[in-house]
Amino acid sequence: MSDALTIRDLHVSIEGKGILKGVNLTIDQGEIHALMGPNGTGKSTLAYALMGHPNYEVTNGEAEFRGKNILELEPDERARLGMFLAFQYPVAIPGVTVANFLRMAINAKRKQDDPDDKGISIPEFRKILKQKMDLLEMAHDFAGRYLNEGFSGGEKKRAEILQMATLEPRIAILDETDSGLDIDALKIVSSGVNALSGSDLGVLIITHYQRILNYIKPDFVHVMLDGRVVESGSSELALHLEEHGYDWVREKYAEEPLKA
Amino acid sequence: MATRSDLEHLEGLDQYKYGFRDPDVSVFKTRKGLDEEVVRQISAMKDEPEWMLEFRLKALKHYQERPMPQWGGDLSKLNLDDIYYYVRPAEQEGRSWDDVPETIKETFDRLGIPEAEQKFLSGVGAQYESEMVYHSVQKHLEEQGVIFKSIENGLQDHVDMFREYFGTVIPITDNKFAALNSAVWSGGSFVYVPPGVKVELPLQAYFRLNVANIGQFERTLIIVDEGAQVHYVEGCTAPTYTTDSFHSGVIEIVVKKNARCRYTTIQNWSTNVYNLVTQRSMVSEGGTMEWVDANLGSKVTMKYPSCYLLGPRAHGEILSMAFAADHQQQDTGGKVIHVAPNTTSKITSKSISKNGGRASYRGLLKVHDGAKNSKSNVVCDALLLDEHSQSDTYPYIEIDENMVTIGHEASVSKVGEDQLFYLMSRGLSEEEAITMVVSGFIEPLVKELPMEYAVEMNRLIQIQMEGSIG
Repeated sequence: MSDALTIRDLHVSIEGKGILKGVNLTIDQGEIHALMGPNGTGKSTLAYALMGHPNYEVTNGEAEFRGKNILELEPDERARLGMFLAFQYPVAIPGVTVANFLRMAINAKRKQDDPDDKGISIPEFRKILKQKMDLLEMAHDFAGRYLNEGFSGGEKKRAEILQMATLEPRIAILDETDSGLDIDALKIVSSGVNALSGSDLGVLIITHYQRILNYIKPDFVHVMLDGRVVESGSSELALHLEEHGYDWVREKYAEEPLKA
Repeated sequence: MATRSDLEHLEGLDQYKYGFRDPDVSVFKTRKGLDEEVVRQISAMKDEPEWMLEFRLKALKHYQERPMPQWGGDLSKLNLDDIYYYVRPAEQEGRSWDDVPETIKETFDRLGIPEAEQKFLSGVGAQYESEMVYHSVQKHLEEQGVIFKSIENGLQDHVDMFREYFGTVIPITDNKFAALNSAVWSGGSFVYVPPGVKVELPLQAYFRLNVANIGQFERTLIIVDEGAQVHYVEGCTAPTYTTDSFHSGVIEIVVKKNARCRYTTIQNWSTNVYNLVTQRSMVSEGGTMEWVDANLGSKVTMKYPSCYLLGPRAHGEILSMAFAADHQQQDTGGKVIHVAPNTTSKITSKSISKNGGRASYRGLLKVHDGAKNSKSNVVCDALLLDEHSQSDTYPYIEIDENMVTIGHEASVSKVGEDQLFYLMSRGLSEEEAITMVVSGFIEPLVKELPMEYAVEMNRLIQIQMEGSIG
């Protein structure tokens, strides 16, 4: 059973409007992919659709992970299967501490593997949490704050990566994790992702900018335009985009007739 | 016919170590319904001084004359003639364990409540093993000069102090049910904390093990002397099963100069109970009163803990939570009356409605002329978990003084779709996600509960969210 996330000809609409018009993409274990493209081309839509947001309607195509058709699964089922989405705009959950939340999430996964599981012990949890927080250079009292409530943009992004570090997914989708981060925060977040990467993790980095790719070296770079992946290449492609922008992509693909 | 006074019997209970009541003790309860004869019987049973009997009779008269309130919860099905107004505590007919509803038993198991305790909470057992703990706590308190007794013992042993304060915080005429309680009160606590004494352990009525404390018409009087401090906890998260369908308690608290009192209630009566309670505190100069009020059970609850801020720099705080599911009505909130200048208050109300439940905030903020520089903030938040449920807000604000700072905020929300998706994207099921949002919603209150209650509270919310509670 492959741990690759395979997306074939995916079409997604929001409120009847077609956004994704046939996306093809395969992310294998151990690979880091970057998805770039101008605003409004559907990058975040892809992320939400893959995670199963109810407002995003799949009208055609397939997505498979670990032998399962994930489009038939609820968001929590996809998560427990090993998928993770680092949100661009994480929502606040008042009154729920970061620690409490993470412990519940860990326990949800454990219960899936073993219905009789009594949950992770507090000392064990504390140990893991401290470890991960150290990895991301976060003060330990951060765990006592209410999830995303009153967090700065940078704190929110780091909290997303902390969750990823603690939940140890097999596929991680990072939706514009670099937006709103200063260089220092970006470095820390990137080193966190790098530390988690390895042969077991597949990563999809969604971004506008080349900058994060200086710190997280992608194996593959894709460009999205008008709801489809139109260009794929190595990390060189990202550098090329950085220098020349997206216009050449638009010109190149405007010539071709839209495929059915 | 009874031969022993209620008082003696309570002391007798303290000597029991294991199990069951003495079968020789005869049963006593008044006949159904309420009239002067019943009240006289009650007073005689308790061997009370004449002035207390007169107090009761005066209260009875007022109760009979006073009309039923036309606001608040729906009391139309409450039949006040079909009630025994006095049953001697130990003789409350032993209920059989078989009669206790399955849902209640399940909840006990889910909350991890030991069996003996389960029986006690269901009114099945006559005894509860915390007695040992109770006695050692008592000894420690006595050494500090703290008085913590049953209300009956309080009257007998400290008659002067009792008479000085009893009925002064909540007069007979306050409302119909205060009058009723004043006529037929039985069971409850009497607490006195001497000047400067800070009681570290919360005093728990629950520990007093008496079935009397689950009495229908319990009456509590707490006096915190100058500079003293005490935290009193009443109730428990486990559903308290009783066939008594009507509970009407009165709690009077006197907070003297620079003293501090916190009164925490966790109410989870079974859903056949009408729960109408009058709670009030008079707070003197520099004193602080905090009410922490969690309402989970009952069929109808009407309860508005109050603070009368009588001296300068007095502070009153009410932190209230109500959870109304399946046609329950929680009509709760609080009242603060600023009489003196430089007084401050805060009311925070969190209500949750689910499955046709109705949770309402009803509160009064009153500032008297002359209460200069008073500050008050009221926050009432409602969370509706589905379209069948209802939440209402009835804030009454009466300000007769110009130089004050008043804030009032109200919000109604449901569990956000984005919140749900976010939590589910971390592997939590939809139910777990909603439960988490609900827990977070009441966190400001749960944070203030003693640790073991907080843990039980969270577990109880989980169970409530599964809709399996009766």
